[in-house]
Amino acid sequence: MTRLAPIAGEWIDRSHAIDFEFEGRPYRGFAGDTITSALWASGVRVLGRSFKYHRPRGVLSLANHDVNALVADGRSLHLRADVTALAAGMRLSPVNVFGTLARDRAHLLDRFARFLPVGFYYKAFFKPKWMFPHWERAIRKLSGLGKLDFDAPRGRTPNRHAFCDVLVIGAGPSGMAAALGAGRAGARVILVDENARIGGSLSYARGTDARPRELLERMNLDIAACTGIRVMPATFAAGYYADRSFALVDQDKMVKVRARSVIVATGVMEQPAAFRHNDLPGVMLASAAQRLIHRYAVQPMQSAVVLTANTEGYVAALDLHAAGVQVNTIVDLRADAEESDAARAVSEQGIGIMRRSCIFEAIVTPDRFGVRAVTVCRLNTDDSPDSASRTEVPCDGVAMSVGFAPANGLLHQAGARMLFDEGIQQFVPNGLPAGVFAAGRVNGVYDLTTRLRDGERAAAQALEHLRMPWSAPDVPAPPAPRCPSFAYPIVEHPDGKNFVDFDEDLTVRDFARAAQEGFDSSELLKRYTTVGMGPSQGKHSNMNALRILARIRGRSIGDLGTTTARPFIHPVPLSHLAGRGFTPVRRTPLQCLHERAGAVFMQAGVWLRPEYYAREGKSKTEAVTEEVLAVRRAAGLIDVGTLGKIEVSGPDACELLERVYTGRFQNLKVGMTRYAVMLDEAGVITDDGVVARLGEQRFYFTTTTTGSASVYRELQRYIAQWRLDCGIVNLTGAMAAMNLAGPRSREILAKVSDMPLDNNAFPYLGAREGVIAGVVARVLRVGFVGELGFEIHLPAELAAHVWDTLLAADAAVTPFGVEAQRWLRLEKGHIIIGQDTDGLTTPLEAALEWVLKMDKPFFVGQRSVQAMRARPIKHKLIGFVFPPAYSGPSPKECHLVIREGEIAGRITSVAYSPTLKQIIGLAMVAPEMAAPGSLFKIRVDGGTMLEAEAVAAPFYDPRGERQRMSLAQLQARYRSQEVA
Amino acid sequence: MKLLPCPINGLRPISEFIYGGEYREMPNPDEASDTQWADYVFNRASLPGIKKEWWYHAPSGTWFIAERDVQADVVQRTYLLSEAPAA
Repeated sequence: MTRLAPIAGEWIDRSHAIDFEFEGRPYRGFAGDTITSALWASGVRVLGRSFKYHRPRGVLSLANHDVNALVADGRSLHLRADVTALAAGMRLSPVNVFGTLARDRAHLLDRFARFLPVGFYYKAFFKPKWMFPHWERAIRKLSGLGKLDFDAPRGRTPNRHAFCDVLVIGAGPSGMAAALGAGRAGARVILVDENARIGGSLSYARGTDARPRELLERMNLDIAACTGIRVMPATFAAGYYADRSFALVDQDKMVKVRARSVIVATGVMEQPAAFRHNDLPGVMLASAAQRLIHRYAVQPMQSAVVLTANTEGYVAALDLHAAGVQVNTIVDLRADAEESDAARAVSEQGIGIMRRSCIFEAIVTPDRFGVRAVTVCRLNTDDSPDSASRTEVPCDGVAMSVGFAPANGLLHQAGARMLFDEGIQQFVPNGLPAGVFAAGRVNGVYDLTTRLRDGERAAAQALEHLRMPWSAPDVPAPPAPRCPSFAYPIVEHPDGKNFVDFDEDLTVRDFARAAQEGFDSSELLKRYTTVGMGPSQGKHSNMNALRILARIRGRSIGDLGTTTARPFIHPVPLSHLAGRGFTPVRRTPLQCLHERAGAVFMQAGVWLRPEYYAREGKSKTEAVTEEVLAVRRAAGLIDVGTLGKIEVSGPDACELLERVYTGRFQNLKVGMTRYAVMLDEAGVITDDGVVARLGEQRFYFTTTTTGSASVYRELQRYIAQWRLDCGIVNLTGAMAAMNLAGPRSREILAKVSDMPLDNNAFPYLGAREGVIAGVVARVLRVGFVGELGFEIHLPAELAAHVWDTLLAADAAVTPFGVEAQRWLRLEKGHIIIGQDTDGLTTPLEAALEWVLKMDKPFFVGQRSVQAMRARPIKHKLIGFVFPPAYSGPSPKECHLVIREGEIAGRITSVAYSPTLKQIIGLAMVAPEMAAPGSLFKIRVDGGTMLEAEAVAAPFYDPRGERQRMSLAQLQARYRSQEVA
Repeated sequence: MKLLPCPINGLRPISEFIYGGEYREMPNPDEASDTQWADYVFNRASLPGIKKEWWYHAPSGTWFIAERDVQADVVQRTYLLSEAPAA
């Protein structure tokens, strides 16, 4: 056990023990532990195996900047043990292991490392080609991390929204100071930090200085007392999006924040040094060791060597010493002596310092799972190791503090420009977008007091941006700058294994090799070596890779530039992103009546419509056939409330219709309707409907079910564009509509209405207002299904009553669905826009030339139709039939028409007509195939060719007598000549 | 999420808006040649710069014009077509 005596400010709760399993063995930790801290406290040193060579790995950053410790708990695949809170009953296993961590059968890959250089995959596995599937299987098996459990319980992840004046990202000293500055001035502040508690480096980087702890305690109290600050710990800002919106992610959910301004105080990420065997368990970043000590009261190692090049390393040495670690020596890469309080304290403790030296290699323990010593070399003037001057220093751990990389991903995403400051060896912001500010170490400020002032400065700027009262903070002269990052913390070794990217197992040599092969720009280097492309996305590797590349090419880091940073900062679980679907479904006011009547529903655009009404013991085809025959023989009732229903009124109402529809409306009489077709500017059919003139300046018209929203929208635009004096109302939801159709429809309607319905008072294509079943309704006498019919439009809330009344009025009234309507209109040869036409079909091709009033001054699409008329058409919509005796398979919609082996068209509609007792359909074919009587071939499922005969549509009642007829005429005909 | 100022409803999230394409002046159909007309119907200049675009605020049914720098994706001003400011 390496748990220390209680440490002031520790995050663990010693009164609350937590039992869990790792690799099947029981362990105990405390509430507040992460998985890694609990394992390390229990003496476990190998937490994972590396991705490529399966090398044993332990703690590196303990800050989610590496993925050495990836574990699965049966439900989640890739828990990052370093930052995942320990929970009772966890049963954890490592993910990249064949066997156990101690006996990983894939560890032999490490021995073959020199045969698996960078770029190996690209070069080795592409030939011979027939071998590739074999390699692919093998590589997939090796490279998969974790095993999916398809039985894992599913749950919904909520999405929330939040708004604030100032979003402060990162709650270290500068972030906390910024939040207090803005909060105290009255701004609504959200302060987020990815750690379980706020405080940043104040919570772990202490040395012998009491100030960080006192400061943290005081600022914690101040923030709690400031009502305007909302603190969100254990939450990371995953991405920056347009106009300062952010995705904040925690374990359970995503919060989308809209911030009026943002202060990025995300700090820095400590970077490893590269030397041979720098990846052994026990070799870790100094900040990781400090986190283990101060947050979790865990002794990181027993006997340490501290490798450093900055003040932070001396502070870490003091922290280790205070935690009872034997600090054998400090190895300082720099030539100049460290001048700081920490350095003086180190001397007082009697810790030796080896200046201008590096760790040449870490020496492996006999079990290969740890460090037993390091070899230290003097550094030459060019930063290369003087391998003749080797000294061996025993230790069981190394703390590395050689430099930092700014956590500036969000700033990059926000569009900030960066400049490489050679003095501090760091990219710093140089030009930020409006409302975006940076503070603290990400801004290149390292001294503690200066970081606090920098936070206050950023808060003042944010307040100024928000036009809130602000006062310029008192900014004292900063102390003499010091360089926290060593320019080249990379030590070459003839035997390699000096790791730069721990995710991808990349060593120093891999970069030299990539550059030799010509991949020597930062973007190419990244892609060839895959540096930074692992799960930690370069957080611990990109900076060192850039330093190596700069040195290889003899250029400055600022010249090379960094690769692009994109969301997300850390991976976000797919469950957080999936959220809920917001696909609206519209239902007509008659929905529950349809359900009660056994309707089977289908989707039509955003609407749900009855496809047909199921009948006991009958197939779908039989049910639809009965509905069709009921309409042809007596009467049917269909819900057409999904049609777009629009009313336009005003002096220019008629002018609007004249311009947007191809037909003429000036001469449409009040009380009459007219079929109308709409084109786009290219002359393509976009919509159709029926226009009814209710008054001189008032029209009511329908659109297709799918077109209602877009037609309404386009008409609004035309009114604005042409500055027409008319108003337009979308009644699609407010009005219901139903169509009573069939030879007996007039007689049945007369039972529930005293409207005059005879052919003179209410002629074909008439529009009347009347009372039906006590409800004032608009009635249009139209015939989409080819029978005498009345389309009844009425307020939605009264529709159910009228529907029920009509059904009760006569036992012959049969409700019918969309499928029956499709068959009925097909018998009539009426087209459906969007089914029989597509995104290129013109009226010339769809046999709709009769609706084009080319002598009008203007309509949308007219000029294009004019141009097209001068050219031959490419397709023609025709009717076709199969012989009545035909009994084979039926073609389906979208089956292809084939001529001499080539595609020459397609079927757009097809059905077996119960009325005509043969297969009928519409097809879009080459114009030369359109002559009635000619035969053409259709290729159906399975490749069989069928022969169809082109005919002139309509198939049924070509002269349209049935929908025009008076009752007496119709009854006479019906009796003498029974249909079907 | 991006914000867009609707001339009637103020600053609203982009999800409330529908893009209506570039605002273009229609040539006189009676005078334009087939080639000129086809150019108007089918061709769009996707060059960087400031463009006049149609935008629709769906909840309120408002069509308006946005002058947008399409390279920087910055909307410079929005107005109703009938209230177009002097260029």
